[in-house]
Amino acid sequence: MSGISRRRFLAASVAGCAATTLAGPRKALASGTFSGYPDGMGVLVDLTRCVGCRSCEAACNKEQKLPAPDRPFDDMSVFDETFHDGKQKRRPDENAYTVVNRYNPEGGAPVYRKVQCNHCNEPACLSSCFVNAYTKTEEGAVVYNSKVCVGCRTCMVACPFHVPAYSYSSSLDPVIKKCIFCYDTRLKNGLPPACVDICPQEALTFGKRKDLIKIGHQRIETHPGRYVARLYGEKELGGTSWMYLAPVAFDQVGFDPTPGNEPIINNVKDFLGTVPMVLAIWPAMFTGFHLLAKKQKGHDDHEHDAEQQQGEDGGEQ
Amino acid sequence: MSAKQTLTTLIMALALIAVGTIAAAGDVPEQVSLDTMAKLFNGVEFDHAMHTDLGEDCSACHHHTTGTGTSNERCMGCHAGSDEATTVRCSGCHVAEPFSAKHINRDASNRYQFHIDMPGLKAAYHWNCVGCHEQMDGPTGCQDCHTRTTAGDDFYQINVVHAEAAGRGGH
Ligand code: SF4
Ligand code: SF4
Repeated sequence: MSGISRRRFLAASVAGCAATTLAGPRKALASGTFSGYPDGMGVLVDLTRCVGCRSCEAACNKEQKLPAPDRPFDDMSVFDETFHDGKQKRRPDENAYTVVNRYNPEGGAPVYRKVQCNHCNEPACLSSCFVNAYTKTEEGAVVYNSKVCVGCRTCMVACPFHVPAYSYSSSLDPVIKKCIFCYDTRLKNGLPPACVDICPQEALTFGKRKDLIKIGHQRIETHPGRYVARLYGEKELGGTSWMYLAPVAFDQVGFDPTPGNEPIINNVKDFLGTVPMVLAIWPAMFTGFHLLAKKQKGHDDHEHDAEQQQGEDGGEQ
Repeated sequence: MSAKQTLTTLIMALALIAVGTIAAAGDVPEQVSLDTMAKLFNGVEFDHAMHTDLGEDCSACHHHTTGTGTSNERCMGCHAGSDEATTVRCSGCHVAEPFSAKHINRDASNRYQFHIDMPGLKAAYHWNCVGCHEQMDGPTGCQDCHTRTTAGDDFYQINVVHAEAAGRGGH
């Protein structure tokens, strides 16, 4: 089953569940209208500038104190790694919150794309989380509280960009791991994330999201031949703090070209009405999810191993 | 700038963040040292004299600042007849920390049309140097211009051995 259909299935089942649990109509959240905090920060990723040097990966590893990588960060053979019969390129995981992939668009030069959390204005991870582990900070970062996370992996399925990864390394403390925009160490102190700081090409432009939108459009207008006329993430999925400019159609560099402008929150907003209820029955829920997560752990490990060894199961991207 | 910011910059910056050091008599430097914040890569001694001898118009690198006119369409709108600027050194316009809060929140009245999106110093060097080198068959590899320091080797974790490769080694 593809990620998308799993997600839609989840959204539908969650909404259905909520509808049957709670009687009577609830006030719908104003959705699709939140364009982020007014001074929220973002990053404009310009794929025409990226040279695939992987310095951003190295900087992330150091800043987030992640484990040593499988291969050195100056080893470009990672660009040839694929999964699921060549259908899927590298994705961020619990040991690497960002990865750079290489694409070879038809008849053009290679294009490199850095992948990480896009820090959505209305994050699907946040709205799908049963225990409110996620927060969208006013600086623009989508962060999570690992003390609250019960490891249920709902956000993993909900994220339209396949970003949150599950920490398999600790069975006692299963948590989601993902890019947090260097919130704790940098963003909240007014500093750009480590990847932006290191990039030799300024492929990553850090600034106020509203300024980056202007800059993005200015680049498109000023260099008619260089970009396709689309600022990906300005509107897509309700808008993201990280936005992209590309020299070729976005589907050629691994993006879903038609994600729509509605945030995933719209699919699950009914469910959000149940959050206060979740909090009311907190202890029971917490215990239940934790046990469930632990019980599934053995199975998950097996699944993970099998995936790694055989590269089976369909994937997309 | 706080001490913390300075430290962060020192740790993370590549070699190229630098102020030009004028090493020759007169206004035009023979050599420019790009090394003030070298940490991961050793500094570069840029041979300015050799590059001026290549016969390119100054504006090829200096845009509209040297008073020789500009060939860049985007600059021309405002700078077609601009005189020599008070400073022509790269760091006079391209700031070392383009993403500092101070720079991001700078006075909006000072953000002219294209200057709103001016690259920082590190990117300015890389675009200018590598862009031209690609066309002229000059060196383009990272370490062709600046060799990595030991700190740089650690940063890129060059001593990591891939499991498969180690397996083939017979261990
Ligand atoms: S550091 Fe910059 S140029 Fe290098 S791979 Fe990352 S985004 Fe691309
Ligand atoms: S990209 Fe995924 S993990 Fe990041 S904020 Fe959006 S939904 Fe959440």
